[in-house]
Amino acid sequence: MPRYKIILCLALFFFITVEAVAGEKALKKAFFIPQWVPQAQFAGYYLAHERGIYKKHGIDLTIIPGGPDSPPLDFLKSGKADFGTLWLSTGIQMRAKGIKIINIAQVLQRSALMLVAKKSSGIKSPQDMNGKKVGLWGPIFQIQPKAFIKKYNLNVKIIRQSFSVNLFLRDGVDVASAMWYNEYHTILNSGLNPDELTTFLFHKHGLNFPEDGIYTMKDTFQRDPDLCRAFVKASIEGWQYALAHPEETLSIVMKNLQKEHIPATWVHQKWMLDRMKDLILPEDPNIPMGKLFAEDYNRVAKGLKDNGLIKEIPDFTFFYRECISHDEK
Amino acid sequence: MMKNRGIGLKLILLILTSVTLIFFLIFGYNYLFSRRIIIKNVEKNARNLAQATVNRIDMVLRSVEKVPKSLAYFLESSSYSGGDMIDLLHSVVENNPEIYGSTIAFEPYAYSRNSLCFAPYFYKCKGKIEFKYIPYKYFYWDWYQIPKELNRPAWTEPYYDVGAGNIIMSTYSVPFYKTVLGKRQLMGVVTADISLSWLQKIIASIKIGQTGYGFLVSKNGTFVTHHDEHLIMNETIFSAAEARADARLRELGREMIRGKSGFVPFSSILTGKKCWMVYTPLSSSGWSLGVLFPQDELMADITNLNRIVIFLGLAGFLFLLVVIVLISGSITRPLRALAEAAKDIATGNLDIELPTIKSRDEVGKLADSFNYMKSSLKEYIKELTETTAAKERIESELKIAHDIQMGILHKIFPPFPDRPELDIYATLEPAKEVGGDLYDFFFMDDDHLCFTVGDVSGKGVPASLFMAITMTLIKTKATKGLSPDKVLSRVNEDLSIDNPSMMFVTVFLGILNIRTGELEYSNGGHNPPYIFHKNGDIEPLEMTNGMALGVVEDFSYQSKKFVLQKGETIFLYTDGVTEAMNEKEELFSEERLKKDINALKDKPIQEVAAGITEKVKAFSQGVPQTDDITMMILRFYGRD
Repeated sequence: MPRYKIILCLALFFFITVEAVAGEKALKKAFFIPQWVPQAQFAGYYLAHERGIYKKHGIDLTIIPGGPDSPPLDFLKSGKADFGTLWLSTGIQMRAKGIKIINIAQVLQRSALMLVAKKSSGIKSPQDMNGKKVGLWGPIFQIQPKAFIKKYNLNVKIIRQSFSVNLFLRDGVDVASAMWYNEYHTILNSGLNPDELTTFLFHKHGLNFPEDGIYTMKDTFQRDPDLCRAFVKASIEGWQYALAHPEETLSIVMKNLQKEHIPATWVHQKWMLDRMKDLILPEDPNIPMGKLFAEDYNRVAKGLKDNGLIKEIPDFTFFYRECISHDEK
Repeated sequence: MMKNRGIGLKLILLILTSVTLIFFLIFGYNYLFSRRIIIKNVEKNARNLAQATVNRIDMVLRSVEKVPKSLAYFLESSSYSGGDMIDLLHSVVENNPEIYGSTIAFEPYAYSRNSLCFAPYFYKCKGKIEFKYIPYKYFYWDWYQIPKELNRPAWTEPYYDVGAGNIIMSTYSVPFYKTVLGKRQLMGVVTADISLSWLQKIIASIKIGQTGYGFLVSKNGTFVTHHDEHLIMNETIFSAAEARADARLRELGREMIRGKSGFVPFSSILTGKKCWMVYTPLSSSGWSLGVLFPQDELMADITNLNRIVIFLGLAGFLFLLVVIVLISGSITRPLRALAEAAKDIATGNLDIELPTIKSRDEVGKLADSFNYMKSSLKEYIKELTETTAAKERIESELKIAHDIQMGILHKIFPPFPDRPELDIYATLEPAKEVGGDLYDFFFMDDDHLCFTVGDVSGKGVPASLFMAITMTLIKTKATKGLSPDKVLSRVNEDLSIDNPSMMFVTVFLGILNIRTGELEYSNGGHNPPYIFHKNGDIEPLEMTNGMALGVVEDFSYQSKKFVLQKGETIFLYTDGVTEAMNEKEELFSEERLKKDINALKDKPIQEVAAGITEKVKAFSQGVPQTDDITMMILRFYGRD
């Protein structure tokens, strides 16, 4: 992508100029790519960038906008990005495939993936799904639903679901996959009321597969662990700021989305930010944000293995590098 | 509070309050009624407009629907080659101006075992018809998946077609099947894309007044067309409701996407202006058309009318105020002037000029009456003054007459201090200024004393004149040597001649020889005098049977004689004494007189007279005296 190269060159040039002329404290250059467009799901990173939190932590960060054409893993592998966000399940899968990525922070503590059904279709409990059409997304999104189906011993007809929830709205499927912070709200804003819907949030059904986490290549970490720690700390600080200042955060999110020509509504981004708060904050307020627990890791890894997506479970200690409380040690 | 206010203020307050009340009642009723009519008309027109628009759109969509349907029928019922199919698609896009693009998309490997996807696509681009194979895996796209899963044709939600010219389009997809071994198997879908720009044009052409507009929402409530371009494809009616925390809007949106129609009051989500909204569904795609009718603009006429009516009402109110002020002024001004004048008149100023009032109404009449009253009063007072003057003159004349009358009576007692033989006392108290009683005494010679008491009939001036005549006559007729009867006869003669007023007088006349005590007397109809005898008896003198003088000209009177003993007293009186009346209209009477005389008989004669006078006064006790009271007492001592 030529655009990012230009940015890189410009940034590099700027960096050198600053270094040479101003002689200020050297900021470390870094590139970050989230897995999707700059919506509220990634508000913490954008806020940290906007509020100069990365600079405060000594990082001159460039955020590469994510999207369907920009898978973070490719960027990490090719070195076009130093940091990226991935789902924990993707991270484990890649690690198991032998890609040397490591998790340096697990931002989302809970899974936002859910199944939604209309009460009018008679579905009020998991058992009611028997014999129904269930819409599922691609493989990585299927681990939890399949475990759910197995757990409740259901016999369902799986239909591949697209990005839209229209098939579900038109009753083409009885049960739809949805992200709590995204498609569920789209369903609500297509005229269905919450009391007309039955929801199955996987994290409430013992299938908590925490999603977005921050990943880097093992090489990057070994080369500059301080940069990694600084990035994680600044990102967490950014999240704290974003959750504490929803109005400011939303206006920045909206601005970024408009810059990318992505249709967006304030209410949808607000819903997303509110859900992020629900998903990020640990239940125990004494536990710092962004930690990955072995328990969660093992649950996800086992789910992957059970589904044949990985053969062996990678060693947790190699997979995860604690960056949050490092200084305190 | 009102009690103390002027008529003007009362009129203003009461009339204007009533009028205002009436005005607002009429105004309010008129407003509500005309508003209801307008709303009714608006609703009718709105429903018609919405239905007409929906019909226009439906007609196009229905005609578009026919194309993929017949294509699907053709694919199901005929055997065809790939070339036929592509030609057919080309002509479909070419011959149907409404159709933007069309494809026949097959199930994986359904067209050929070698290709997963097969979907030839013709579409319009800059006036030309272009061709390509759909380059992506379309199986999970709405336009493919929805009819596939529903097993029936369906319109997609509107979507931006990024590949072909940044237009909003919607696709109608018809699934087609093949029967393999008696089993109906999906082969793929036939689609027709329509650009929504014509739809936006149709709806943009809906202009209601200055700010009314139409909008279209899809089956999911997404704005397909709207006045505000930001909303199009970006927001749903539900996200708009969420952003505005408007539960009613959400409920309305649910009604719309359920295919209901209605006419409801609504606040514009753009301006917040009050509107009515009509909504009605497209029967083809299930989308819903909403049209907003701004209330203020539709109500502009009635609002203007109301403004004018209020202005007229206000002007009328002011006009009425002025009229009432003028009318009440025209009533109260003369009334106030009259009241002022009346106050002046009350102080006695009858010469004051009354305010001139031209009107012929009640106030004018009042002023007339007032004027009449004033002149009458003036006249009356003038007359009264004159009468009073006349009366005063008469009174002063009567006073003089009284003085004269009293002057001709003896006033100095004892009258004959050189005559020890007798004592005489007389008193006359007239009931009016002048009276008709008389008394007199005089010596006819050295020894003979003539004395007389009389009472003229009637009272007042005529009686006094008659009395004066009688006294004069008696004095001139009683000449030496004549007996009392002769004196009375002569006096009677003179009185009777030329007595047109037919007056008469009773007279007692006596002549006493003061040497011997011999009394010769004649009585012309008078009360007989009493004699106080030596032995204490009191008795009247014997009557002489004479009649009152002045009645019969040639009446011959008789005389009688009586000898007074030394120390005996004659008491003469007029009927003013005995006929004095008290409150109970009882007369003093001769009995009472006799009794009182008896008590007083030994007292000096002046005291007797005073005593009787006192008794009479005590008896009548404030009842005004009606007759002259005259008494004459003569006590005879004789010579030693």
